[in-house]
Amino acid sequence: MLDDTLRQRIDQEVGSNDVVLFMKGTPVFPQCGFSAVVVQVLSHLGVKFKGINVLEDPAIRDGIKEYSSWPTIPQLYVKGEFVGGCDIIREMFESGELTEMLNTHGVDARPAA
Amino acid sequence: MAMDAGDIERLIKAALPDALITIEDLRGDGDHYACHVVSAAFTGKNRIQQHQMVYKALQGRMGTELHALALQTATPE
Repeated sequence: MLDDTLRQRIDQEVGSNDVVLFMKGTPVFPQCGFSAVVVQVLSHLGVKFKGINVLEDPAIRDGIKEYSSWPTIPQLYVKGEFVGGCDIIREMFESGELTEMLNTHGVDARPAA
Repeated sequence: MAMDAGDIERLIKAALPDALITIEDLRGDGDHYACHVVSAAFTGKNRIQQHQMVYKALQGRMGTELHALALQTATPE
């Protein structure tokens, strides 16, 4: 259940960090292949991000799905806005759209090539 | 935690009747699929909204019964 307290906590996280990844495991040690893909993409682009391990926080793990109306983890947020899960991030990375979007939002990202 | 490819297709079809659906069972375990959906209903929607439409069609099974569905959506050419 996503109550006000939890919603505020998530608002706070995605509002105070430019790039936030809700994931299973940590950026150094992802515990799910889909989370690992997004970590890899962000690292490849040299993007600084905050990883939030939902496995350590069952409330966030359920709440974040309601927050974004998105049923799966990982979930990437840029400047407070939900960008997508693993498939969308991979697709945007391959098309170069991700770098472009990050730069538009004032986040440093190296070109993918 | 597994789901039949036919069930996935049926649920998506029920919500998006015009959809052209290709499903691939990536590991042959009934639990890891890649799914490509083409539908005119996606027109004017962004990627997140398109995927949300498919997830909605799956009626809460995504992330529970169905662990892995690599999703790609598109509008007809």
